[in-house]
Amino acid sequence: MIKETIKLAIQAIFRNAMRSILTVLGIVIGVAAVITMMTVGQGSSDQVTADVEKLGTNVLIVIPGGGQMGPGNTSVAAAFELRDVDAIIDQLTSVRTAAPFNQTSLNAVYGQQDTRTSVVGTDGQYLEVVDWPIVLGRSFLATEESAGRAVCIVGETVRQNLFGNTDPIGETIRLKNVSCDIVGLLEAKGASSFGTDQDDVVLMPVKAFQRRVVGSSDVSMIYVAASDGVSTDRTLVDIEVLMRERRRIGDGEEDDFQVRDMKQLASMLTGVTNVLTGLLSSVAAVSLLVGGIGIMNIMLVSVTERTREIGIRLAVGATANQVLLQFLVEAIVLSMIGGVVGILFGLALAAVASNLMSIPFSPDPAIVVLALLFSAAVGVIFGFFPARRAARLNPIDALRHQ
Amino acid sequence: MTVDIPVIALINVTKTYGSGEAEVNAMDGVDLTVKAGEFVALMGPSGSGKSTAMNMIGCLDSPTSGDYLFNGVHVGSLDPDQRALLRRNYLGFVFQGFNLLPRTSALDNVELPLIYKGLSAAERRAQALDALEKVGLKGREHHDPSELSGGQQQRVAIARALVGSPEVILADEPTGNLDTKRSLEIMELLRALNETDGITIIMVTHEDEMAAFAHRVIWMVDGKVDRSGTPHSVLTPERQQA
Repeated sequence: MIKETIKLAIQAIFRNAMRSILTVLGIVIGVAAVITMMTVGQGSSDQVTADVEKLGTNVLIVIPGGGQMGPGNTSVAAAFELRDVDAIIDQLTSVRTAAPFNQTSLNAVYGQQDTRTSVVGTDGQYLEVVDWPIVLGRSFLATEESAGRAVCIVGETVRQNLFGNTDPIGETIRLKNVSCDIVGLLEAKGASSFGTDQDDVVLMPVKAFQRRVVGSSDVSMIYVAASDGVSTDRTLVDIEVLMRERRRIGDGEEDDFQVRDMKQLASMLTGVTNVLTGLLSSVAAVSLLVGGIGIMNIMLVSVTERTREIGIRLAVGATANQVLLQFLVEAIVLSMIGGVVGILFGLALAAVASNLMSIPFSPDPAIVVLALLFSAAVGVIFGFFPARRAARLNPIDALRHQ
Repeated sequence: MTVDIPVIALINVTKTYGSGEAEVNAMDGVDLTVKAGEFVALMGPSGSGKSTAMNMIGCLDSPTSGDYLFNGVHVGSLDPDQRALLRRNYLGFVFQGFNLLPRTSALDNVELPLIYKGLSAAERRAQALDALEKVGLKGREHHDPSELSGGQQQRVAIARALVGSPEVILADEPTGNLDTKRSLEIMELLRALNETDGITIIMVTHEDEMAAFAHRVIWMVDGKVDRSGTPHSVLTPERQQA
């Protein structure tokens, strides 16, 4: 009987093919939107995790400021100094190396060329910490670092913007009022998880940066690489203890700095991605609801239009429940067809989007099954009311209809 | 045989529509019995209650008061599902407007009652083909109603009515939409079903010519049975009085 009912439903749906297509369009769009959002969201989460792993899971960053920011917390934590970096390297065995990191945004000028870029004051250790090779030229010399010579290492984007494909080594660029000799070119890295271009950067020795660019001896951030075979958790605690001591924070007082490892950063970033994915998906889910109402609307029209048919069925011996089932199954089949088409459409869209955003295409079978069940549920919920109306028709009135 | 118990027995049945001043007694104390194997024509002027009586007999409507016994069973005490089962297993309907499902082949139309009986696809097909052959539509099984003439459509409807092997076929003005030649063919078909298959037939009609095929004519006036007898005795002399 149920097999018959499904067959009947499919016949009824195809008898009104055009109308059926328009009816399920809402479901198709809703399901496709949800599937696309979820799949792309999953893909970008995977991408963030992969990026962070590439960066090195043993990397930690130390930044000034407490955990709580906002109204009521007005004290500004002091920045670090170069001595703090030295102390971290010299005193902690769990630390392989560390580097200061100061950053500002400046125009870099070469001849007629001019480009806004990120200027970073650091030292050669930074490239060790983040594992970033130099493809042309060399890193800073120890003498350049200690003397604060105005030399710099440029990223691929800066090179392209100022020099095109020519060799930039030995050329001089101007940053603000500082003339800076290029000694090295960094390997191209591409976009970060944030979508920023990591190659749009100029590195210079931190002392030169402090003295000639910003005019202060502050260090705003410290990059730390944990020793091989040492857990980042232990390194994190070591740094925390050392920095509390150096910054004279008494027992029971809160830290005025934070140590973060990349795993935390990764989970924070994927957290953001997940919230966004959830948000967009729920917006998409609203369109599923609208699609469901569309199905209800058309089923109600269909019941009215087929009143006579219902009368005939009742006259030849269909029970009210059989009529109810027929219309319910029709609504469910209709919305599930919409669901399947929506899933295919959504996966295709997600594949294209993933390709364009160069993130991995990660379809989740659970989401696909969920979408299918959800569209069936839409059919049940929005099909029930019209089906019940059909089942409650009085056979004589139904037969006399129009 | 079941001579003692009539297939259909309406006992003092009334049917009232509306209430207060708008109250209309469509049936006003109707007593009516039909024996198994009879061919009865239900006649009378418009508004005489014959269609209401037909719906009542078809278990499509229930009496306001009085009793309806089908094979001795009180139909009034049945719930809607039981009435549906009664229609499914004992009754067949033929309507004036044919009432076939549009855009559905003759075969599928005839199979419809068998779907609700829960027969397998193969059984349904075999029985429906039999029924279509019986009404003379062999070879037209896959035509849509729109591709068939009125007479042929009514034959499909008759095949649908008889495919479930009913005891009673209820025909509500079966020739009302047909010309005389087709009407007579349909009547011959009904008579054959009555005589060879022993199916009881109750038919509402306006036409004396068609009523002449029946064994008995029941003449209704103002919601009451006025007189009943052979077509000849009911339809000839006193007709003018009605």
